[in-house]
Amino acid sequence: MTTTAAAPQTPPELANASEYGPGSPLGPGYGVAGEFVRYRDAFNHTLRDELRHDPNVLIMGEDISGGFDKETKKPLDAWGGPFAATKGLVQEFGPERIRDCPISEAGFLGAAVGAALTGLRPVVDLMYFDFVTVAFDQLLSNAAKSRYMFGGQTKVPLTMFARSGAGTGHAAQHSESFYSILAHIPGIKVVVPSDPYSVRGLLAASIRDDDPVFVVNDKKLINLTGFVPAQNYTIELGKGRYMRRGKDVTLIGMSYTSVVCQKAAEELAKEGVDAEVIDMLSLSPLDEHIILESVTKTNRVVIVDEDTPRAGMAAEIAAVIADKAFDSLDAPIKRVTGPHTPVPYNKGLETAFMPQPADVIATTRRLLGIA
Amino acid sequence: MATASKAPTRGSGGIPVEKLRWMYETMYRIRRFEETMLEQTFKGNSMGVTHPSDGQEAGPTGICAHLTEKDWIGSTHRGHGHCIAKGLDTKGMMAEIMGRSTGQCKGKGGSMHIADFSKGMLGANAIVGASIPLAVGAALTSKYQHREKESVAVAFFGDGATSQGVLHESMNLASIWKLPVIFACENNQYAEATPSWYAVSANDISARAEGYSMPGVQVDGMDVFAVYEAAGEAVKRARNGEGPTLLELKTYRYHGHFHADVPEKYRTKAEEAEYHARDPIKGFEKRVTSDKSMTEAELKHTRDAIEKEMLEAVEFGLSSPMPALEQLYADVYVNYSNPPQGLR
Repeated sequence: MTTTAAAPQTPPELANASEYGPGSPLGPGYGVAGEFVRYRDAFNHTLRDELRHDPNVLIMGEDISGGFDKETKKPLDAWGGPFAATKGLVQEFGPERIRDCPISEAGFLGAAVGAALTGLRPVVDLMYFDFVTVAFDQLLSNAAKSRYMFGGQTKVPLTMFARSGAGTGHAAQHSESFYSILAHIPGIKVVVPSDPYSVRGLLAASIRDDDPVFVVNDKKLINLTGFVPAQNYTIELGKGRYMRRGKDVTLIGMSYTSVVCQKAAEELAKEGVDAEVIDMLSLSPLDEHIILESVTKTNRVVIVDEDTPRAGMAAEIAAVIADKAFDSLDAPIKRVTGPHTPVPYNKGLETAFMPQPADVIATTRRLLGIA
Repeated sequence: MATASKAPTRGSGGIPVEKLRWMYETMYRIRRFEETMLEQTFKGNSMGVTHPSDGQEAGPTGICAHLTEKDWIGSTHRGHGHCIAKGLDTKGMMAEIMGRSTGQCKGKGGSMHIADFSKGMLGANAIVGASIPLAVGAALTSKYQHREKESVAVAFFGDGATSQGVLHESMNLASIWKLPVIFACENNQYAEATPSWYAVSANDISARAEGYSMPGVQVDGMDVFAVYEAAGEAVKRARNGEGPTLLELKTYRYHGHFHADVPEKYRTKAEEAEYHARDPIKGFEKRVTSDKSMTEAELKHTRDAIEKEMLEAVEFGLSSPMPALEQLYADVYVNYSNPPQGLR
């Protein structure tokens, strides 16, 4: 974890916070001032601080305040954004900066790209991750490509965010996790923060970054609580972190599956299996170093992703390992992913769609030859 | 000029003579650039597809006559005219089309992606309709920074783009937020080979404005004086904070959709002749010489200078180096750690 030039100083006690487990500044004992907050609150506070930090930052999206008084035309903040991500911001920053948009994703994402090309730093809430497809041309053809096709004469300091993931009964069109589609695009960066600490650092870094960044928030994380240092900080885009150190097998998670991997590792520890857990945090850039460092030590790897398996991030990570650490492997690279289906509505089917700790444990046992 | 400003001498249409000179020079430059670019394309000196805009010179000229470098325009695959009217250098444009390192975009964009942010040109855009919200975004920046007086945005698009959803989303956004933007539809009546009478449900595209609570004005897009007048009103509204306007410029492209297209397959000779008879440059020459705003000698002087400029642009392009291979990897991001460089 490092700071960008414009970012607030990272406290020295957090300098090695890529080590998340016991003994780290963020492990038990918490050697820094801070508080336990929900993921959604960490997100909200980061937006507030970035809006205060830079007058060119504005937020655009549907119902990000929500509701207007018919007489006074003033915003009501009735919703405060989907999952209350932006609650309370319109009171401090006003409707020009907390800009409620009509249901018009291509139009307002395109306008945000135009604003980014001409000097602002827009942050766009696309609500559910699935809705990115409605605005996809603006993301792919304009946000991602403007810098390259115009010969480097411009930049696109744009941040996008949306809620991904199954598990909340939102069914097929509100539960996607296809961040691999975005990671596939040269010109876009993709981050998948998995707890309050990482969402704070990665969102701040994304808003301060001069490239378009997509911040994916799994809905299952939004109400989870975790420790967040009081002092502002950024987490470098493109860096993974160790959630747990171990020597027998590497479990690689991203977004919510980092939580799944940790739960699996805790259970496996009871059986005497010492699993190392990596949380990717960024999918583009992808931290190949941490993957290879761990796999060349443990010689076994299970990659866990909620996305469907064909051409997904788990496949990409497996390809990196096969290409660059083949000689270190004592067993095949294993993936635990969703099936090649849309997300079903029924709770039992939906649960079966998502990788569970038990699936990770079973796969790991087979890999280690444990009956 | 160093002396105190005095009222400019006015000519045809009450337009200052200085502006008339600029308009003629701009239209003639666009015309000759397209013709020269086509010659070079057919000689094999262009590296890809080009979409000539000759015949449509009055639109970009009449509109950009009201703009400065602080104003923004968004453009289309048929964008050379917009670039020239916004003040881009024809050497850099020609070199770009030839794929050279000295090109406006270092040879990485080509004809369909010429941009110059220093001149307020947001880029030609090869996805039909896709640059329209970019212009809306530029207008949003202007309004956000309280700079509408000095910075408005123009979204250029064709009749084909009026069938794209993003145009309608953009007009709605610009209207509810009262943004300083001019939607300039160059209705050349063909989207590729498909005629607008088939593809557009409205009899007049300008009538679309009513649904978005903004003025819609239809203009003869072959007449730069008519375009200049209508655009003046629209730009004035935008600068005064009165919001967007839709302009429909009825025009015609002399060539096909792209350089190798054969428009005779879908247009009649009679229709082509009708528009050639209303040529915007010839019409301009006739008007300014008959009312003595400009002399034939002045016009010829401009034409000669532009012929020379075109020769120089071609020479500049042909003599410029190709991009270094490292350029393949450059400028994808401002910064990005350890990008995969292509796996071999």
